[in-house]
Amino acid sequence: MVKKNNMPINYYIFLSIALFSIGIVGVLTRRNAIIIFMCIELMLNAVNLLLVAFSKMHHLRLAETNAVAGADGQLFVFFIMVVAAAEVSVGLAIIVMMYRNIHSVDVNFLNRLKH
Amino acid sequence: MNITQILFWFLSVMAIFSGLMMITSKNPVHSVLWLIVTFFAISGHYILLNAQFLAIVNIIVYAGAIMVLFLFVIMLMNLNKETEPQKNRWLKMAGAVAGGCLLLVMVAALKDSDIKQQQALVKEGNIGLIQTLGKELFSTYVVPFEISSILFLSAMVGAVVIGKKE
Amino acid sequence: MQNALQIVYLIPLLPLIGFLINGIGRNHLSKPVISLVGCGTIFASFVLSIWVFMQVKGGNTYDAHYFNFISVGKLVIPFAFKIDQLSSLFLLIITGVGFLIHVYSTSYMHEEKTEHFGRYFSYLNLFVFSMLLLVMGANFVILFIGWEGVGLCSYLLIGYWFKNTTYNKAASKAFIMNRIGDLAFLIAIFWLIAKLGTVSFSEVFSAANLAKLKALDITVITILLFVGATGKSAQIPLYTWLPDAMAGPTPVSALIHAATMVTAGIYMIARSNVLYSLTPLTMDIVAYTGLATALLAATIALKQNDIKKVLAYSTVSQLGFMFLALGTGAYVAAVFHVMTHAFFKALLFLGSGSVIHAMSGEQDIRNMGGLSKKLKITFITFLIGCIAIAGIPPFSGFFSKDAILLSAYIKSPVLYSIALFTALLTAFYMFRLLFITFTGSFRGTEEQKHHLHESPASMTIPLIVLAVLSIIGGFVGIPEAIMHGGDKLTAFLSPVIAQHGEHAVSHSTEYMLMGLSTALVVIMIIAAWFVFRNYQAKEATGLGKVLENKWYVDELYDAAIVKPLKRIGTFFNSVFEKSVVDGLVNGVGKAVNYSSRQLRLLQSGQVGSYVLLMVLSMVVFFIIQFFIRK
Repeated sequence: MVKKNNMPINYYIFLSIALFSIGIVGVLTRRNAIIIFMCIELMLNAVNLLLVAFSKMHHLRLAETNAVAGADGQLFVFFIMVVAAAEVSVGLAIIVMMYRNIHSVDVNFLNRLKH
Repeated sequence: MNITQILFWFLSVMAIFSGLMMITSKNPVHSVLWLIVTFFAISGHYILLNAQFLAIVNIIVYAGAIMVLFLFVIMLMNLNKETEPQKNRWLKMAGAVAGGCLLLVMVAALKDSDIKQQQALVKEGNIGLIQTLGKELFSTYVVPFEISSILFLSAMVGAVVIGKKE
Repeated sequence: MQNALQIVYLIPLLPLIGFLINGIGRNHLSKPVISLVGCGTIFASFVLSIWVFMQVKGGNTYDAHYFNFISVGKLVIPFAFKIDQLSSLFLLIITGVGFLIHVYSTSYMHEEKTEHFGRYFSYLNLFVFSMLLLVMGANFVILFIGWEGVGLCSYLLIGYWFKNTTYNKAASKAFIMNRIGDLAFLIAIFWLIAKLGTVSFSEVFSAANLAKLKALDITVITILLFVGATGKSAQIPLYTWLPDAMAGPTPVSALIHAATMVTAGIYMIARSNVLYSLTPLTMDIVAYTGLATALLAATIALKQNDIKKVLAYSTVSQLGFMFLALGTGAYVAAVFHVMTHAFFKALLFLGSGSVIHAMSGEQDIRNMGGLSKKLKITFITFLIGCIAIAGIPPFSGFFSKDAILLSAYIKSPVLYSIALFTALLTAFYMFRLLFITFTGSFRGTEEQKHHLHESPASMTIPLIVLAVLSIIGGFVGIPEAIMHGGDKLTAFLSPVIAQHGEHAVSHSTEYMLMGLSTALVVIMIIAAWFVFRNYQAKEATGLGKVLENKWYVDELYDAAIVKPLKRIGTFFNSVFEKSVVDGLVNGVGKAVNYSSRQLRLLQSGQVGSYVLLMVLSMVVFFIIQFFIRK
């Protein structure tokens, strides 16, 4: 039974899964390093959404006993954003370096890992 | 259907649609823009869930700072439509199939779990409010908070070092 | 209860010690020391054997148990000696004749280098040790150990002059043919173990156990044992190694291939007489094989021109006689003939060694002649040996051969006539050999004539001793017909070999048979005298040529057995080995190489494919996690 102010959690779960898979398909399909990076950000965001939804779920369940029952989830999202920001800055610096060396952002040119 | 649900569906469709557009558009600048739309949709979801602080932070940090950084780099490299390298068709197909498989598997795995019964509280709840979050952050999680500042420091140093011209 | 015979373990132990001393010390000891050690140990064993014999004659037998050689589940095979009448008699023969031959060898082999001299004596001692083990063993397995040991020593000694490839091939031939027989022997032992769970003589021959065996079992076991005996004692079809074994030094031929090793088969069958008496079929096989071999070998010996080869074929023929005796139930006669044959055959071989020595290594009798003037002692002893083997009374050969002929007659007159014919051939070819070698004019080179001399004392004294034994050795087995109670041998061996009732023929028949054979033999000798008195070497033609080429048996074996086996071996080498085995082994390497090359392509360095694989494996992992591991 759906109360007036509640959403069944599985809707959020499926939404998050969908966004995550879209991100994965993007990573596999594109060759531009920057686009790939952006798809990774999309994936992270999907996860963030899910975490927030779960935090609300816990809050609903445990609100009587613990007033701040679901805070951990949202704080975790906060830290994910922190890390994402740092990662983006460093990653883009690397991509700029790569561009300076080979004048392309094609991921396939990274096969120098083979050697 | 009440307004909550309508809003939910609208925001979900917007998020998924813009996600798809993002990964399929040829011009990188367009991709960035579509991603920004996605972020807005997700922030909308946050507001629906009454996680106000995170909604704002999402906009400011992600859509504002990070995407702008992306745009800077794209502009720097002067990437536009015709220089975009294309993966060969088979790999694209394989990638799409793999992603689709992942989607299906995860959905199927979670379909029968009994977490379905749970509900998420929307539009209410005070844990999304900035006071509560702030209190939690600075009392229980203060150590990770401080360490994340060190993380930022190292990221900055790293970015500068990597980006330096020899 | 202490048995005086407890020290029997010394009898084989002393030659073993001699083997070790001479073998290890052959580079350091001098020839006199080596000779002393080699002959001394055998002499000590001989003295002990005499003592043992006296004890056994007085009724004291002994079963010595030392330790459990094989102990597996319910099967226990002890390392044990059985000293009874049969084994003590053989002990005497082995150590006695062995000692004489050792003494002879010290002179015959004195031109060898010291380390080879030491090697020779160590091998001889090892041989005596193995032979003693064979006759003293209390069960088939210990017998088999000795059996194998003498085969090994035969190989070592035939190939003694190892630098000559022909000799090595002859040694291999001997060993391989022995081995074929040994396989049958082993199967017989396995069969016994399967049916009775024991291989000890006393247990196998007990009435209770014999009742357990079905007729088929006994027949098969005895036939298999006999096949083993044909390999060791050179009967058809495994006899062709013996003439080739003459490649070894002459004393070796005397000891191994006349007096001892080849009689191992006879010993084994005599020991198992209880088993054999129960299967008329096997007895017939033994008798007919023995007779056929005797006849075949005698015909071949008629035309051989190598002095040792004549004696070799004579040995095969005489062994055939012994098997004929065994096959007709006359076990004692066979053992009797073993004894007398040891005397006169060893004598003949040593005599031939003396001749070869005098002729500076010449062995072809066509190049000899008229040696009686220069080699008097050799001639006289050789003559005595020939008379003994021909079977003229009162020399030893007469008594033993007549016992065999009598037993053949009792079985069937046809057998008797063929055996008699063979005996006549024996006399003929032996005296042919004697006359061609010792009478007439000398046909050799001037240098050989110059070198002719009688052998030294250490060679002639054994000859004389053996000659004396050849004369008097028969008196232990005088048949009933001539002298009542004269057959001491049968009486002595009766605890081991059961008496077979009374004679089936009357004394008068016996006298007639004896007289007939003697008369015919004398006629043959005179005929030989006339034919070979002034011998001129001629090219052999027709039947003679066939005989000279040994009925082409060797060539037959070569074509029928050796060549196909070689072809199979070559086939396996070129086809099977190369394609299958090599293919498999190299194929594994090639497969690894190929798969690694393919796998290497995975490491493309393309980040995109890495991520793809990651995703795919995640999918698989999820599937497993959620759907399969419920």
